[in-house]
Amino acid sequence: MLTVKNLHVAIDGKEILRGIDLNVRAGEVHAIMGPNGSGKSTLAQVLAGREGYRVTAGTARYLGRNLLAMTPEQRAREGVFLAFQYPVEIPGVSNALFLKTSLNAVRKQHGLPELDAMDFLALVRDRMKRVGMDEVLLSRAVNEGFSGGEKKRNEILQLTVLEPKLAILDETDSGLDIDALKQVADGVNAMRNARRAIVLVTHYQRLLNYIVPDHVHVLSQGRIAKSGGAGLAFELEQHGYGWVEAGNEASRVA
Amino acid sequence: MNVQPDLLQHLELERMPEALAGHDVPWVRLARESAFGRFAARGFPTRRDEEWKYTDVTALGRRASLAPDHIPPDPSSEAALHAWTLTNEGMHLMVFVNGHYDADLSTIDGLPDGVRLTSLAQALDEAQDLPRPFFDVRNEHTIFASLNTAFATDGAMLQLAPGTVLDAPVYLLFIASGHGVAVYPRNIVVAGEGARATMVEHYLGMVDAHNFTNAITQISLGAGAVIEHCKLLQEGSAASHIAGIHADLMAGSSFVSHSFALGARMGRNDITARLLERDCRCTLNGLYLLDGRQHMDHHTRIDHLAPDGVSREQYRGVMDGESHGVFNGKLVVHPGADGTDAHQSSRNLLLSRQAEVDTKPQLEIFADNVKCTHGATVGQLDENHLFYLRSRGIDAESARSLLIYGFANDIVARVSAPNLRGRIEQLVLERLPHGESIKELL
Repeated sequence: MLTVKNLHVAIDGKEILRGIDLNVRAGEVHAIMGPNGSGKSTLAQVLAGREGYRVTAGTARYLGRNLLAMTPEQRAREGVFLAFQYPVEIPGVSNALFLKTSLNAVRKQHGLPELDAMDFLALVRDRMKRVGMDEVLLSRAVNEGFSGGEKKRNEILQLTVLEPKLAILDETDSGLDIDALKQVADGVNAMRNARRAIVLVTHYQRLLNYIVPDHVHVLSQGRIAKSGGAGLAFELEQHGYGWVEAGNEASRVA
Repeated sequence: MNVQPDLLQHLELERMPEALAGHDVPWVRLARESAFGRFAARGFPTRRDEEWKYTDVTALGRRASLAPDHIPPDPSSEAALHAWTLTNEGMHLMVFVNGHYDADLSTIDGLPDGVRLTSLAQALDEAQDLPRPFFDVRNEHTIFASLNTAFATDGAMLQLAPGTVLDAPVYLLFIASGHGVAVYPRNIVVAGEGARATMVEHYLGMVDAHNFTNAITQISLGAGAVIEHCKLLQEGSAASHIAGIHADLMAGSSFVSHSFALGARMGRNDITARLLERDCRCTLNGLYLLDGRQHMDHHTRIDHLAPDGVSREQYRGVMDGESHGVFNGKLVVHPGADGTDAHQSSRNLLLSRQAEVDTKPQLEIFADNVKCTHGATVGQLDENHLFYLRSRGIDAESARSLLIYGFANDIVARVSAPNLRGRIEQLVLERLPHGESIKELL
């Protein structure tokens, strides 16, 4: 579904990603871990189409198409979804209006009719229940005055409403207490199926107790320093990132 | 002395039509003569006057006729007028056509005991002395108030006895229809102790002519009274509009003002509030949406004259084309107004390179233990916000209109009466890029 080859990305002349290779197939869950500054959030942003980054080398293909040539809205309509690490507050625009505009844009792309008010409400209410979100948040402005946990749940709500093919979750676990984390993980696990791929970007192994990945990659200084199965996350938890980073240094010297 | 001689000639008080409110009332006539004298002595302000630095009114007399001649409404707007008045359920509607009250188009029913709502002309003809202090020179805030007193055509007079509550809003609709229309509406609100009401002043231009409006609204709030005032400016694209809204607040009363400026070639609102006794609360909200060569100037002034007053001010502007917005927010905390808590904010979006805004907060503090904050921003849409919407499949243009709508709607949402809020939201959407498609989704 997603094939990233030798991806180099710079911002303000500084190289952040220095040759990323990643192959994500439908049905798989990948975890991308790494210390602060390793480039994992940059990777998530670049895949979603954030402007301001310069791709200096390499390719990213999504469903056989050149992902990097698509606008952010094209990517979203074709099924790429990024759950933001810091969801944006949009005063004056209700959550309902935002979700409806977004869902209709995605449906239109797939030749589906726009949902009428009744069907939309029924769908959203069902998904809100699933992620444990209070219904009053639907009429409130997008993320405005939401607690940290409510903002993250709102991202997962959008995920469950838009039903993307490739979901990238950027630090969705940060700022969540254990109950919220479980609920968010349940929401994500319910989305797992053979046609959908999920990429979890996270600093901590904690989230992976609840969403068990098929593959774990450890990012260090803009490169994937180590890849493995779910067990790699536990090793990291025991040894810390220094363990991988030391190895990365050694391999470069060699 | 900036009054062109020819303008003065046109504005001979003796030539005034008999249709002006209170034509036969001796004190009204004296007040008009004395106010006209003050106007003739000073004339229009120029841009050398600090209060008029960004708004040039010296050409007003050349651009439009200023004489309040009785102009019959343009026949083409009749149908639109009647259609409009059909949609006024749940409101007390007073329609003024080219300055004069039209009882046939108006619907005032079921006013509670203790509430009187009449035209100013009727109030003066009934020989009431109640409006008299409002025509006193001490209540003239600008030279345009003198001009208004001289030529006040008509207006609404709302009296609320102590403790009365008016649930349905009073909706004053001022229609300008025809060419060469110059109107001088004068509205007076007297709210007794603990009374509550919501009122709207809607200025609607039916044709794109060089018409002129000079309106004054005076609101007196007794102790504990609550008045919410909402102004909708939707004049024709060539019209000039100058207005003052002035509130006096007694102990524990609360005044809320919303100003929505959507249409006029040139507009100026002076909105002032005097917090005369303790524990008053004053809220000023404003939104101006400008494009083309529109010019809109808001001057607000809040005087904290007694302890423990609270004021909140939030103004926003969206400027496109070659439009020019002006916001000047003056806040004076007088000696003795200890414990004042005031906040002012002015935020502006510039959508084109040629658009311009001048925003200026003015804080003067002469009391102790006060909390006063202010902030002003001028900028473009936030890239992070745009990316967030686009990452959800919303195209760049729709994302931009959604953000502009949100920026504006944040002010609309402060109107408390739901039927009023809904109506204003529709008017605002009609003025926004892609407003129609957002309307469908709401």
